[in-house]
Amino acid sequence: MANSGIGALIDLRGIERVFYLGDSEVHALHELDLRVAAGEYVAVMGPSGSGKSTLLNLIGLLDRPTAGTYLLEGRDVTTLSAEEQARVRSTRIGFVFQSFHLVPRLTAAENIALPMMLAGIAAKERTARVKQALTDYGLADRAEHRPDQLSGGQRQRVAIARATIMQPALILADEPTGNLDRATGEEVVRLLEQLNSRGVTLIVVTHDGTLGARARRRIDMEDGSVKHDTALG
Amino acid sequence: MLPFDILRFAVSAAAGNRLRTVLLMLAMSIGVAAVVVLTALGDGARRYVVNEFSSLGTNLVIVLPGRSETGGFNPANAITGTPRDLTVDDALAVRRATAARRVAPLAVGTSEISTGGRLREALVVGTTAEYVEVRNLKMGQGRFLPDDDWNHGAPVIALGAKVATELFGNATALGQFVRIGDRRFRVIGVLASSGTGLGMNTDELAFVPVATAQQMFNSNTLFRILIEARNRDAIEIAKQQVRDILKQRHEGEEDVTVITQDAILATFDRLLGTLTLGVAGIAAISLAVAGILVMNVMLVSVAQRTPEVGLLKALGATGGVIRSVFLAEAAMLSAAGAVIGYGLGLAGAVIIRTLYPALPAYPPDWAVLAALGTAMVTGLLFGVLPARRAAALDPVLALAKR
Repeated sequence: MANSGIGALIDLRGIERVFYLGDSEVHALHELDLRVAAGEYVAVMGPSGSGKSTLLNLIGLLDRPTAGTYLLEGRDVTTLSAEEQARVRSTRIGFVFQSFHLVPRLTAAENIALPMMLAGIAAKERTARVKQALTDYGLADRAEHRPDQLSGGQRQRVAIARATIMQPALILADEPTGNLDRATGEEVVRLLEQLNSRGVTLIVVTHDGTLGARARRRIDMEDGSVKHDTALG
Repeated sequence: MLPFDILRFAVSAAAGNRLRTVLLMLAMSIGVAAVVVLTALGDGARRYVVNEFSSLGTNLVIVLPGRSETGGFNPANAITGTPRDLTVDDALAVRRATAARRVAPLAVGTSEISTGGRLREALVVGTTAEYVEVRNLKMGQGRFLPDDDWNHGAPVIALGAKVATELFGNATALGQFVRIGDRRFRVIGVLASSGTGLGMNTDELAFVPVATAQQMFNSNTLFRILIEARNRDAIEIAKQQVRDILKQRHEGEEDVTVITQDAILATFDRLLGTLTLGVAGIAAISLAVAGILVMNVMLVSVAQRTPEVGLLKALGATGGVIRSVFLAEAAMLSAAGAVIGYGLGLAGAVIIRTLYPALPAYPPDWAVLAALGTAMVTGLLFGVLPARRAAALDPVLALAKR
């Protein structure tokens, strides 16, 4: 199922990503093949420099592979123009970052509404959807607060609400609990898992073993390749 | 992204960094204010001069002795050499010109006027009855010089308002006698106060019949002949007729200069209009400097907001959206700065008008439009580079930046 390639949400084949630092070439990703089916819950683990963040950026269309093909929902997205990739990110992919990446001058509600604003959705619909999201994530009384008036957990909930407001098929989380204490982190992970249980594909990059252990599928990376994938046994 | 949202986002970004916003608007407003104030000054000077000339009279043709332009060779020049003086007979002859409505000869000299122990130096103008109409002057009391034979002057005098007050105080000047040199004159009129006209203050003049003045100054020449044409269209005809008459009288030699008030006006109008354009150009340099500052500030803004740009890209913003957001911010701040500068400029013009009431320092409409337009264009133009730079940022690197 996971490696059939047919009907896979993400299908990476022979991916290479080379960075040039001065004279030296760094192979951040090397001969990487990966297939993720819709609705999976995947933890990508590995030491720093193993290429897991590069992989996440690539899947999130923030970066392009040096070689190889990437099919997202059966469509080759590596050949898309930057503008088309932006549209795919807007509608299909949600990002959750370690440092939340909220716009400091915007309120929680405005931060959540940001993807809809960028997509050109009318203000009236935005307001309704933001209101629903604020309620869903327990932030109703925090709507008009700015990020610096929110706790770390609240900030990450705002970030998750923002990542899901466009109802993407895929959520990419880069160390989502990295800046949170254990209890708050636990709460955030539960939120993400709830999303996954409703059918959203969830890919979490972490080096936290306990967090990784909760995922149904675990991918261990080393030197730019997949060292171990629980789906492949 | 909807246009209104772009604008709102730009506003929040501008409000997010007050100092940057204030600096940018300040630069832009100084530029616009400079253009508004300087053009107000330039145009004020132009209006001032034009007004001064207009107050000379209407449809005026002025004859000066001597020729200031070079003409073709005239055999008469070889014999006479020096130009003939203008005489009262010349002025009388000029009255024959059909296009001329009124003619006033002018003989001028400085003399002391005294009465009852008071003495004042004044410019004594020898002229005729029509002078008061030619110059559009008003009488305060009495009447102006009598309309009699130009070659025989009566011992009468009309005083400028200031001369009258200085000689007689609050007492009535009318009917009193004043003395100029060894002659006695009866005051028959006092002119209404009219203020300055081309630096020559009519209030400080004394008018006597032209023949009397010539006797007094022991000369038979005229300083000027003023001619009022029948109407505006007749000015050129009058000029030609006057020239022809005087040429004929001066044995075919064209040894006078005939100028029209319109020509002087047009020359000054052009001259000072160019001057205004010049200062506007100089002021526009400050707008260009403001534009460069806009670019600088926006580039810093892009650098500071790199993570935000990365985030916007991750959230699905296209390069076009990012460009619009930054461009909108530059345009908005430029526009706000321009409007503030316009206000400051108008205030500056008010201050100038208060300090120098004679100077009608109003900025011309074209300058205001040009200043606001230039501010917007420079703001946008110099906003393009930072906006493009923001749009071109690599999202991965942008997000990673702290």
